[in-house]
This record gives sequence, structure tokens and C-alpha cells, in this order.
Amino acid sequence: MDDRAQDVMNKQAPVIEPGYTFGTVTDKISSIVLTRPTSNGWFLGFGIAFLVTMGLLYAVGYLFVRGVGIWGVNIPVGWGFAIVNFVWWIGIGHAGTLISAILLLLRQSWRNSINRFAEAMTLFAVACAGMFPVLHLGRPWLAYWLFPYPNTMSVWPQFRSPLVWDVFAVSTYATISLLFWFIGLIPDLATLRDRSENRAAQIIYGMLAMGWRGSAQHWARYEMAYLLLAGLATPLVLSVHTVVSFDFAIGIVPGWHTTIFPPYFVAGAIYSGFAMVLMLAIPIRKFYGLEDFITDRHLNNSAKVMLATGLIVAYGYGIEAFMGWYSGNRTDAFLLWNRLHGPYAFFYYLLLTCNIAIPQVLWIKKVRTHPGWLFLISGVILMGMWLERFIIVVVSLHRDFLTSSWGMFYPTRWDWMTYIGTIGFFLACMFLFLRVLPMISIFEMRTLLPEAEVKAE
Amino acid sequence: MKRTQIYGMMAEFDTPDSIVHAARLTHAAGYRRIDAYSPFPIEALAEAMDFHASGVPLVVLIGGILGGLSGFFLQYWIHVIHYPINVGGRPLNSWPAFIVVTFEMTILFAGIFAVFGMLALNGLPMPYHPVFNVPRFAFATKDRFFLIIFSSDPKYDPAETRRFLEGMNPRSIAEVPS
Repeated sequence: MDDRAQDVMNKQAPVIEPGYTFGTVTDKISSIVLTRPTSNGWFLGFGIAFLVTMGLLYAVGYLFVRGVGIWGVNIPVGWGFAIVNFVWWIGIGHAGTLISAILLLLRQSWRNSINRFAEAMTLFAVACAGMFPVLHLGRPWLAYWLFPYPNTMSVWPQFRSPLVWDVFAVSTYATISLLFWFIGLIPDLATLRDRSENRAAQIIYGMLAMGWRGSAQHWARYEMAYLLLAGLATPLVLSVHTVVSFDFAIGIVPGWHTTIFPPYFVAGAIYSGFAMVLMLAIPIRKFYGLEDFITDRHLNNSAKVMLATGLIVAYGYGIEAFMGWYSGNRTDAFLLWNRLHGPYAFFYYLLLTCNIAIPQVLWIKKVRTHPGWLFLISGVILMGMWLERFIIVVVSLHRDFLTSSWGMFYPTRWDWMTYIGTIGFFLACMFLFLRVLPMISIFEMRTLLPEAEVKAE
Repeated sequence: MKRTQIYGMMAEFDTPDSIVHAARLTHAAGYRRIDAYSPFPIEALAEAMDFHASGVPLVVLIGGILGGLSGFFLQYWIHVIHYPINVGGRPLNSWPAFIVVTFEMTILFAGIFAVFGMLALNGLPMPYHPVFNVPRFAFATKDRFFLIIFSSDPKYDPAETRRFLEGMNPRSIAEVPS
């Protein structure tokens, strides 16, 4: 009762609107999957996303035939869009784990209504991210060489290289995210199995639920495993973007070789991730009428997280600029000058506008609880975070130590098609997820209801 | 009535409070082979039946240690034993560079052990279970709470147990065929 009483005192929006019972919460969420007819809007949205995914398939197919030469990458900018997109997508995934694991450990019960689809978002974002390094390999059919397996060539990955660390970090992250998501789904799959009246659905959900029956002993082990998994996922998620930042920071390229990278990358990841959570949550709650479950409280809290992480990112930019001046290192000073006045200066100013200037309106409470504005600002932040990675990858590489090796990077249509294609793939996966699985964790919503409280004896 | 085919006696309750209360009474009455079912985790319910999830943390610890050791020694074996490369006389066992992969493997193994260990300890996946023979049990994943006393309990007696369960004012009582 304490939490709810406190909400009233602080005049905060509730985590879940009053008047719901175990039954109505269950029906409302499961009906989206089981009984409500699939809307035309869903078909339209999925159709568009699917077409864009086909564009990705085309771009990747052509890449396999012709090689990475169809992209704008060349020396000196060998990393280009592929690595920009990789870092962008993997960063987006971080918010899902933050919401499901870190907020669970911090006992932030408001997370219960957004963790499920945020975790799904993580999975799909990591899937998009994982494509890029492989596509960028040049010989993508040899991607399995990244893993240490016994082979007749006696060739092993170089474990002193951050790129190999990244393989382990990202594949561990994908596996743990999938497990975390699936274990969270088991009780809800059992609910769908028991609620469904369609034989095929009963069999499929039944098999996925693995015979879950909600026994108190099972719940006790389940809660323990879930808690431990959250405890494991917390350092993991922080390590993943740290290792991604090592890909840069271990190198000696000016603009990369800095110790601020790990914290600044992690903050940026959560920043962009929450922006994506809001960009998904706002239309979802509107179209599926879930304003009672995803309330203004969720919007407000997510916006606050964005504001806080955005300020950490701003601090990172500040330190980068300060070190450019304070280090007295000519290449570092030139990097700063090149960002501000070089050929890509426009994008650097756009980045500062998107990531630092515009999000400051989140200090205003009215903006934090206004879905339309939040949606727009989240879009701006996502663009800003993409630009940040563009600046880090391209602007640092295109003019390094030797003037003779300077060059420019221009993306080709295949670069754009692959990037936009992964957005289509991501959205298509989200649409399918919304249609076949409960987008809000039903059993965790039940625990938020007043009637779920057991009075102490 | 088929007496030998009974798996247990099941009572249905409406609220978390009543199921916790019932579980306490049942445990206090000396029944030990019992279980309760709820649509969401209730900590007090497992406590009422004196159950502790002590197996899971140990499994996760073992997984973490295994993962960490295999992660480190995989790298050690490759770079020190199987294919040593001397780069300017730098040490082969450059352990600080091995930390990241060791850490990731620790998390990976611990996480996999947590999930599959939990499922294994719970005996899942289980394609068939007698409790599903009770039609009303479908509500155990929605808004109802069930308490079962297994027929294997030494104190179990069809008439006596039913009377005991009735004393707790359940919404319904059903014999569970196995």
C-alpha cells in the first residue's frame, strides 16, 4: 500500500489505473493475441515493414554477389555505415536489459508494464546489430572463423584483440537476452494456453509453456532464477557497450584513444534505447488502447532517464572537446578543429542540437507527459545518437595523422538501403511479436494490483 | 469410485490471502506432501509451506565457475600452449587481455545454468500432469488459487482430507484423478 499512497501524495500518475482485477488484466492483455481481430492498421504496418525487409534482403544479396565495394567504405574510412549501424543498434538494445534487469534489482515496479516489449526490442535490435559486422567481413561466409573451434589449419582467434572480445560480448548478450525474455514469457504462455480456444494455438502455446502450472515451489525457484539472471544481466549489459567502445578506445586513432569512452558509450546506449522504447510505447499504447497500463508515469520516468543519460553524454562531448585542447596533442587538437570546421562540421552541429540542445525541453514536466512531443523528441535523439556514431567512426578516420592519407566518405545507395532495411526488419519483427505474444507481462501486472497484497500475519 | 487412481485433493480459493492462510493451516495440520498454485509469484505462499529455493543459487554458482574457468583456460591453452606467438618477447600468458572473454563466459554459463537449472529442478518441460485433469484448474493461470494435498501424503484420507479442506471455506473442491 505504501507505494500507492506515496503516489497520491506526490500527485504522480499511477503505474496502473485503478479498477482492474486479476481477471480483467489477464483478459485485456491476452485478448490482443487471442480474440481481437487483427486490425487493418497492423496489416498495413507489417506490410510496409515487410517490404522494407525485402529491400534489406536485396541489398544483402547484392552485397554477397559483388562484395563490400558496393558500399562507400574505402581507405582511410574502412568502417563506414556498417560499424555506425552496428553500434547504433546494439546501443538501442541496452534499454531493454536496463528496464528488465537493472530496474528489477532497484525494485522499480513500474517497469512491469514495459519490460516485455522492451526486451523484445532488445532482441530484435541485437539481431539487426549482429548482421553488420558479419556483412562487413568481406567474406561473410567465413564468419564462423570468429569463434574458436578446433580446425585443421590450427588457426585461432586473437584473444588479445578487442574485436574478438566483441564477438564474445555480443553473442553472450544475445543469448542471455533471449533466455531472459523467454523465461519471463513462460507463465504468460501458460495463461495463453489455458485461455485459448483454438486447438492449434493451445498446442503451440502449450508446448512453449512446457507444462508450467504455477506451483508455489516452481514460483520460488523461478523468482530466484529470474533475480539471479537479472543480477548477471546487469554487469553484462554494462560490459557489452564497454567492449564495443574498446573496439575504438584500444586503437590509436585520434578521437578514439580515450578513457572516457566506456561510460560515455554506455550512457549513450541507454539514451538511445529509451528513445526507442518511447517511440514504440507511444503508438502501441494508443493503437491497442493500453493507456491504463502504460501510463503517463511510464512516459515521465522514461523521459527522466533520457534526460539524465543525455546529460552524461553531453559531459562526454564536453570532456572530448576539453581534452582536445588540454592534452596539447596536435592530432587531438586538430580532431576538434576538424569536427567544428571540417567537411562534416554540419553533422557535428546537428549532433549537438539533437543530443544536447533539444532534449533539454525534457526538464519541463508538461513535455515529459505529452505523448506527441515525447515521440518527436525521441526521434530526434535516435537521429542524434546515430550521428554521434557517424562522427566517431567517419570523422575520426577520414583525417588522421598523415595528411597524405586523408580522404572522404560518401555513403552509397546500398549503404542506405541496408541501414533502412534493418529498420524494416526490426519493425516487422516487432509487429509479429505484438500479434502472437503478450506484449505486456501479464503475471507481473497481476502483482501490481492492490488485491495481490498478502496481509502480514 | 476408482480409489487407487487418485492423485490428490484440490481446493480452489479466490484471493492470495486465503490461499496463504490455507497453506499455513494445511502445513500446521501436519500435511507435508502439498503444493499450491497461483497465477503470480507469492513469496508468503512458499514460506507457508516451508519451501526454499535453495538449489538454484548453487547451480548458478557452479555454472559461473565452470564458465569462468573454461573461458580463461580456453584462451590460455590457445595462446600459451597450442599456438604461442612471440611478439617482441611479450608474455604469452597476457592475462589482463583475457579478462573480458573470461567475464563474458562466466555470465554466459551462469545464465544458461540459471535458466535450464531452474527448469530441470522444476521438472519442466512436463507434457502431462494430473492437476490439469481438473477443468477449473485452467483458472490457475488467470485469477484463482489452488491448494492440493497429494494422495501420497501419509495423512491423506479421502473423507478426512476433504472435510479438512472444506473447513477452510474454499470456492470448490475436486478430487484429482491421476
